[in-house]
Amino acid sequence: MVAALGLTIKNLRNIQCEKLEARSKHYLVRMGLFKILNLASDINVTEHDPAGRFIPIAQIRTSDELTKFITEMIPLLHLESEQAKTIGYIVSELVRNVIEHANTENGALLCAQYYKKSNAIRIGIADTGIGIKTTINQSYAAQNDLQAIQLALSPGITGTTRREGGTAQNAGAGLFFIKSIASVNRDFFVVYSGSGFYKLLKKPLTSRVSLNADPFKDRHSREDDMPFWQGTAVGVDITLDQTKEFSLLLDAIRKTYSTAVRERRKARYKRARFI
Amino acid sequence: MKHIMIFDQAGEFAENKDVARDIRLQEIIPALDKNEEVILDFEKVGAATQSFIHALISDVLRNYGNEVLERMAFKSCNDTIKKIINIVVDYMQEGLGLEKENDVI
Repeated sequence: MVAALGLTIKNLRNIQCEKLEARSKHYLVRMGLFKILNLASDINVTEHDPAGRFIPIAQIRTSDELTKFITEMIPLLHLESEQAKTIGYIVSELVRNVIEHANTENGALLCAQYYKKSNAIRIGIADTGIGIKTTINQSYAAQNDLQAIQLALSPGITGTTRREGGTAQNAGAGLFFIKSIASVNRDFFVVYSGSGFYKLLKKPLTSRVSLNADPFKDRHSREDDMPFWQGTAVGVDITLDQTKEFSLLLDAIRKTYSTAVRERRKARYKRARFI
Repeated sequence: MKHIMIFDQAGEFAENKDVARDIRLQEIIPALDKNEEVILDFEKVGAATQSFIHALISDVLRNYGNEVLERMAFKSCNDTIKKIINIVVDYMQEGLGLEKENDVI
């Protein structure tokens, strides 16, 4: 988010960096924060190969840049095939959302970190675009940012049209799929846009996993008065040894998705008038 | 019959919606308009996103109706890709009030 915000400054030379005392300063260097903002840093680090451990901050502005990123970067995380598929899927859908809907020339800022102890990968994607509410309200009437996030996480809801099935290029399913992946794997998933904040909470291993079309029916926390973020930030944690077969997850998604569309159709049925 | 190899244009991970759109507009629709059968062949494609499959076939279903599934088949799909195709075919038919099942071979 800091990198995304920094890139909105027209002349990067106007960014001044105070001497960092934080213990995380070396981490910020290795993740490429100073490099992407073209800032000199007096913090010295010994750079080891990031392969298998993290993906430094990358800026992705076009569809072709995204394809190149997925082809070249995801293999560097040294994942098993099934896990690589899941991570590639998440990155593709989230970054394409930014490219298509955020309306920002700076595109998406993305980084990822592998945590050995928990065997998890944490992915963060941020943009400084128009935000979810503006996008969704091209076709809906969300009252606030949180309501817009709720709509965006529901299957089949897209800002590009109210028509069921979406447009030729958009179905309104991307974020629902990502939330479903996180939900089935019992992982964290966070969306922050404008003043709205939604966090899918980790589910205990003992609880039954079910998918909900309405994100507010999942175990979650939410805020509608966060400090305003112009744009959208999404964070996903994927615990690798819990990653369910993607194929099994799709069965649950198919069922939930169809039910949600059917219920929306039913809600539009006209009622018989009895007088 | 029009036989389209998805791998040749989309690669091992089919996720680029622009590529899907180009296949739809430049290959699928012209073939259907000529009353040809279309085979979408996913051989060597390991994974595909829902967005890719949506951009590939949703507008075809919307414009030609679900009868188009009798003229369009999906070949060499792994289980995951089959399921994603089924999700898109399902929600398009639910949304359009259509009833036919798709043909995954």
